[in-house]
Amino acid sequence: MNNTISPEKTSWMLVSPLAFILGLFLVLPILIIIMVSFWDYNEYNFFPAFISENYDYLLTSKVTLDTYLKTFKFMILVWFFCTFIGFTVAYFLAFHVRTLPMQIALFLLCTIPFWTSNIIRMISWIPFLGRNGIANSTLISAGIIDQPLEWLLFSDFAVVLAFVHLFSLFMVVPVFNTMMRIDKSLIEAARDAGASGFQILTNVIIPLSKPGIMIGSIFVVTLVMGDFITVRFMSGGQSTSVGRVISNEIGLLQYPAAAASAVVLLITVLIMITIMMRFVDIRKEL
Amino acid sequence: MSELELVSVTKTYGDIIAVNNIDHKFVSGTYSCLLGPSGCGKSSTLRMIAGHEIVTEGEITLGGTNITSLPPASRGTAMMFQNYALFPHLSVVDNVAFSQKMQGIGKDARRSRAMELLELVHMEEYADRIPDQLSGGQQQRVALARSLITEPSILLLDEPLSALDPFLRIKMRLELKKLQRQLGISFIHVTHSQDEALALADDIIVMNNAVIEQSGPPKEVFNEPRSEFVAKFIGGHNVVHTDQGKIAVRTDRIDVKKRKTKKTVSATVRDVEFLGSTINIALSSDEKDELVAAIPDSVFFNQPVEIGDTVFLDWKTEDAHLLAE
Repeated sequence: MNNTISPEKTSWMLVSPLAFILGLFLVLPILIIIMVSFWDYNEYNFFPAFISENYDYLLTSKVTLDTYLKTFKFMILVWFFCTFIGFTVAYFLAFHVRTLPMQIALFLLCTIPFWTSNIIRMISWIPFLGRNGIANSTLISAGIIDQPLEWLLFSDFAVVLAFVHLFSLFMVVPVFNTMMRIDKSLIEAARDAGASGFQILTNVIIPLSKPGIMIGSIFVVTLVMGDFITVRFMSGGQSTSVGRVISNEIGLLQYPAAAASAVVLLITVLIMITIMMRFVDIRKEL
Repeated sequence: MSELELVSVTKTYGDIIAVNNIDHKFVSGTYSCLLGPSGCGKSSTLRMIAGHEIVTEGEITLGGTNITSLPPASRGTAMMFQNYALFPHLSVVDNVAFSQKMQGIGKDARRSRAMELLELVHMEEYADRIPDQLSGGQQQRVALARSLITEPSILLLDEPLSALDPFLRIKMRLELKKLQRQLGISFIHVTHSQDEALALADDIIVMNNAVIEQSGPPKEVFNEPRSEFVAKFIGGHNVVHTDQGKIAVRTDRIDVKKRKTKKTVSATVRDVEFLGSTINIALSSDEKDELVAAIPDSVFFNQPVEIGDTVFLDWKTEDAHLLAE
């Protein structure tokens, strides 16, 4: 029997399930958010309209600017520490651990904390960092400090610490993946050319790990930019971020304002990712 | 001058002996080939000379200096890797200039030196390309230039031609030899191809099972193999069991006769292969040796034999070489 479906038709049929899912669960919700961001609202209701007030307020408010600056501060700090830790861990796994089974075992070990939920990992910091927590009591009994450190918990420090804890693995994985693809003979070739260990790192390994670092950075940046729960828990409600603003607005049933904030955040993140993609040809990695 | 000497060099990986107590002198300014099947220890030997593998026991000296435990870059050797190991993120000129960058030489100075070496290998036009944009042969030239920029007294080549297609392999082979003559430095070349070794080398070192089976000029190794392994690996030889022991006779030095003479081995013709200017006759002797006789076409067609014929093999006494057991 002759199969009469043309290759073109087959292609369309093959892409349609994914296109349908993405359309229904990604494109449509975003379109709805964009639509709602132009709607009007009062204390107890919101309704269709076409007003730009949500954006006018958002883009002229000093609060928005401060919130964004605060979020960027978190993002830069978290990105820095995640990159440093992620690179170091991946480097150790890829270049110092000799055998593949050991590499896989240690790599899985890194992922074990991720078998529990984000919230639990976050909350477990509280008894550790609290006023009478393990960290403070250890430091006091060791005679390093007299008074408990107040800034350990419910502070920006705690927020950054929790973020780094939560997101480091998102840097380890792509960087490790890129490093495993570096031909070991390149390192020998560099050594043959007289490069020291540090020169091999800066001239060969870092440049060749860049795509992985960039993919990890995209993960970390988008996760920090969109987060609201970590900031609320770890700062004890004292610090803010763009995500928290949106969450508060939803709490107050100001859906159109929340939608407008979400659209601005989405555009900000997309711009940042576009800039990051400029630095590296990500397609080569996939 | 810079003579390289291996003194009782041994390399073990756990219980496995990769190189077993070998001695050899590489005369300076010569082209040497380490020849052997895979796993014979030739690559380990090269990598120990390069400093990429730690010598388990023994010493390596270069020009009278003990280099056994020196780092690769301070030995006066340079290595060209099997897959060339060019840095994929650097342009051709920066690949070549890499070692000078490591020494802290300024950008302009190192690039102009790199351009000189690219001219030496006729790659100056490609200076701004990245390695991915080059063909295998071009990558190899860049790798050569990169190894030579350190002005080594010995260039170590790990199966340099194995990644090339047969046509290019023969072309690059000639260029390697020419370059070695032009530079006057020693080349040590690891290969598993006897053709390559015979064509290139001033000195062939045949290795098997972690030891050197035989070394010497190609003519000597080819004409007078000392062991059955060398005779078989170098090719073109028959190993015949005789009353005196095993002997090696070149396939083109065997006469195939239809009548018995006094010192002959009788054999049955198994196959006849027409190769143009020669005919290969596959034979099995009464002692169950599988033999080949390569006969010039004119001789063969004067007195053709057919599959199944019984023939008598003869050779000159000076063409037979007694093999060590």
